[in-house]
Formats: sequence, structure tokens, C-alpha cells
Amino acid sequence: MGIIKARQLVHEYIRRDEEGNVESISTALDHLNLDVEQGQFIAVLGHNGSGKSTLAKHINALLTPTEGTLWVDGLDVSDEENVMTVRENAGMVFQNPDNQIIASVVEEDVAFGPENIGVPTDEIWDRVEQSLRTVGMLKYRTYSPNKLSGGQKQRVAIAGVLAMQPKCIVLDEPTAMLDPTGRRDVIRTALELNREKGVTIILITHYMEEVVEADRVFVMDEGKLVMQGTPREIFSRVEELKHYRLGVPQMTLLADELRRAGLPLAGGIMTREELVEELAKLRA
Amino acid sequence: MLRDITLGQYYPANSVIHRLDPRVKLLGTLLFIVSLFSFKGVTALALATIFLVTVIKVSKVPFKFMVKGLRAIVILMLITAFFNLFLTPGEALVSFWKFKITAPGIKNAVLMAIRLTYLILGTSIMTLTTTPNQLTAGLEMALRPLRKVGVPVHAVSMMMSIALRFIPILIEETDKIMKAQMARGADFESGNLIRKVKSMVPLLVPLFVAAFRRADDLAMAMEARCYHGGDGRTQLKPLRYQGRDRLAYLILFSYLAGVFLCRHFLPWPQG
Repeated sequence: MGIIKARQLVHEYIRRDEEGNVESISTALDHLNLDVEQGQFIAVLGHNGSGKSTLAKHINALLTPTEGTLWVDGLDVSDEENVMTVRENAGMVFQNPDNQIIASVVEEDVAFGPENIGVPTDEIWDRVEQSLRTVGMLKYRTYSPNKLSGGQKQRVAIAGVLAMQPKCIVLDEPTAMLDPTGRRDVIRTALELNREKGVTIILITHYMEEVVEADRVFVMDEGKLVMQGTPREIFSRVEELKHYRLGVPQMTLLADELRRAGLPLAGGIMTREELVEELAKLRA
Repeated sequence: MLRDITLGQYYPANSVIHRLDPRVKLLGTLLFIVSLFSFKGVTALALATIFLVTVIKVSKVPFKFMVKGLRAIVILMLITAFFNLFLTPGEALVSFWKFKITAPGIKNAVLMAIRLTYLILGTSIMTLTTTPNQLTAGLEMALRPLRKVGVPVHAVSMMMSIALRFIPILIEETDKIMKAQMARGADFESGNLIRKVKSMVPLLVPLFVAAFRRADDLAMAMEARCYHGGDGRTQLKPLRYQGRDRLAYLILFSYLAGVFLCRHFLPWPQG
């Protein structure tokens, strides 16, 4: 069984008026089925309101399914007793770097997770040091988070999750509020974690460039999983992506336009290098 | 500029006083205040002075930092001195119109001024040598027994440390909102006090909304990292008494004993 498995997952946000009568129901997840294997790098795409954040919060047991079941590392998240274990196994990094750092010193913030799960003091120190080294923030350990840039704060947040030694990390639009440098650093950190430490990464994003390196891409729309496959497979379906109001990487778009103009290019071109290579082949 | 703001008035230096357990400093300050208001006689005063001066010297905090704290209470000191001087009953030394100055009045006024000065100096040593975080941790540990009577000690100290973290962020946010509103013609500078206060209202509303949103996000982030209150929590930097802390307690209690001994056996001059 994979690390994450969802069967017929439904989540409804119910709005009630002051008397508690149901005013409206909006379905954020609509009978979703999903499988993620241990060690994969997954990217989840979808425009605003497609249910991707709701899905992320389920994986961390911050929300529980209205219907259906979600298993994280074999544990049912609906079960009250599993909540702490699920949160330990599946860490979560949020969008706003300021609103997820709790302590006023970097190392104390990284220690927050291990403190909560009752790790002995000596081991907390080890874990803090290791996690900060992994994300490349070790020399900032005694800094105040207020003095760090957005990208650095986000890496501290990743270290904070990492210190709990999770099997899986969900990053919910971690780069949405960052500048290009910070964005690159955060994505590189996530990739390294996946490749070197074997941590399963679920990256929720709407930046297409960040999806290119993923093992698998899930596209969500209106609470349903509408496309899945490798980045190359997904990006060769430009028309479909446009239908779901998603952009494609610039190079894919350019290749698509060229193909339509009559050049016999292969589908699923994602990077500048690939396009150059393909074009060079045509000339030869 | 705003992000460099330091909270409290911590003065970083490498001294024994800085390294002391915050609990020692908390109790020490408390005991020092007790000693200030219970001493009698010149000997005890001399003892308190020696104690205070030694601690200041050992703390390596420049004296001018301490004096800064005094400036704030000059008015209060003048008022208390004034009342003590003119309203203490006794034989008048000098009298004019309805006022009279008595010998005990002079003595009381001087003593009160000394007590208040020492009080401020003593407490500012604590705040100058302890970071707000250490203070919070110290308070949590020191107040732990109150949990038995249902005081949410851990929650309160968690709130204090989160407040410390978010004050600079909220200040920055205020700055941002102010600039955004000034760009649209809001005026925060001119007019009398009442007008100025009124012009703050449109500033406070978005600030509060933003603060609540942040609180919501933060609560979720804390839960995501397995936060479930203080039960079963371990600590990165648990407070443990060291040799120096025990020695500090010893010095503290012998100082207090000294003051009380002087009160009983050398209460000269009698007041």
C-alpha cells in the first residue's frame, strides 16, 4: 500500500447562518481517488478553488473527510486516535512564511515539532542541527526569523517539519509569496529532500516551472482528479490544460505554437534545452 | 528599520548575571523588592546599596542604561517626595502658609526616593540581562505549581512568546497599512490629539482583520506540527539549575537575612 491512498474522498464546506441552518454547501473534494507511492515527488496543479489545498489539509488530518476514506501510511485519518501519528508522518509547509514560524529564534522554531511529540532534549538538538543543515540554514540558527528573507523563512519552515522526521511532506503553495531566488531555493530544497533522503514530497503549486522535475503530476479541477501522469505526458496535452485554466511552461507553449505552425516537433517539450535540441534535429 | 526593533530592553553581554537561570533572577528581584520595603536603619541601607552596586558591576551593563529607566519615574518620585515632605505629621521645622516641613517628613521623603530608585534599578537589571524568551520560560517554570488550581500556565506562556514573535510583524504591517492609506490621502499627522486618535480608527480595522487571519493561520500551522498543549511536551532548552544558580540563591538569601538582622538588631536611627 502506498503512503497516501484516497478512495471516494468527499469534503463539503457547509456554511450555516446564525441559527445553525445550512445556508449553502460547497463541495471541495468530489469522490476523489488517489494513490501516492513512498518516495515519489508529486506535483498537484489546479487553479484557485480546485480543492488542492483542501486535499493537502486532509493529508495532515487538519480536515477530516465528509465521506470516503484517506489513508496516510496505512492509517485512516478519520480516526481520532491516529491524528497525532498522521501529523508526525506527514508534515506540512504553508504558503505564508510568517504565519507558520512560532518561535523568535530559528533553532527554537525548528525544535517546536519535536518538542510537541516528546523527543528527549539531546535528540532534539541533533535533529535541529541535521534539519537546518539539510535545508542549508545552519548558520542562521540563532537568528530571529524577522531578519530572514521569505525564501529563508520557508526553508526554516521546511526544517521545522523535517525535524519531526516525517515520511511525507506536503508543501501547500510554498513559493506563492516568494521572489524568484527564494522560489528556486525552496524548490531545490524540496527536490534534494526527495532525491537524497527519500522523503515523499507533495508539492501544490500553480507555477508550471516547478512541476517539470516531479515524478508525477495530478491536475485537479472542481474537487476531482482530472489528469494524471508524468510531467511530459501532462504537458503534451496543452489544450486540456488550457481548458482547466492552467498555463503551461513557456517552452511547451512555444513548441506547441511551432507545431501548429507546421514544424514536426515532438510533444511534451518542457525546457529550453529540449526545445533547442529538437530544433537542432530538424535542421540536420 | 522597523524590523530591527528589539523588545524589552535586553542588553547583550557575557556576564554571570546574564547566564543565571531566569527563575533565580525573578525570585531575586522579588526578594530585593521585599528587602527594600522592609529595611530599617542605615546599616541595612548600606547593605542594600552594596548588594545593588555589586550586582550592577557584575552584570557588565553600563550604568547609563540603568539610568534610562529612572527617567520615566522622575515625576512619580517628585510627587511622592512632595507628599512625604509636606504631609508627614510631627513637629514643624519650617512652616509657611498651610504647609509645614517636619524632620520625619524629610526622612520619609529621602527614604522613599531611595527606595524607588533602587526598585527601578533592581528590576531593570532583570530585564536588561534576561531575554524576553528566557523570562517567559522562567515564568512558566516558576508558576507551574499554579496548574494544580487550574491556571493554564503553559497556554499563557505560549501566548506571551507568540506575542513577542508577532509584535514586530504587526508593527511592520501597521506601517504598510498607514502608507497605503496615506497614498490615498489619509492624514495621520495634523490636527489635535482627538483628531489624531480618530484618524487611527481606519488603521485599526484592517490591522485587526489581518491579525485575526494570521492567528488563524498560525493555529493551523501549530496543529500541523502536532501541537496539543503542554502535556507530554519536551523542551529544546529546559531550565536546569547549575552550580552558579545555587550559589546565587545562597547569596540572595544571606543578603535577605542580613537585611532582616539589621532591622532587628541595628535599627539605627530609630524612625
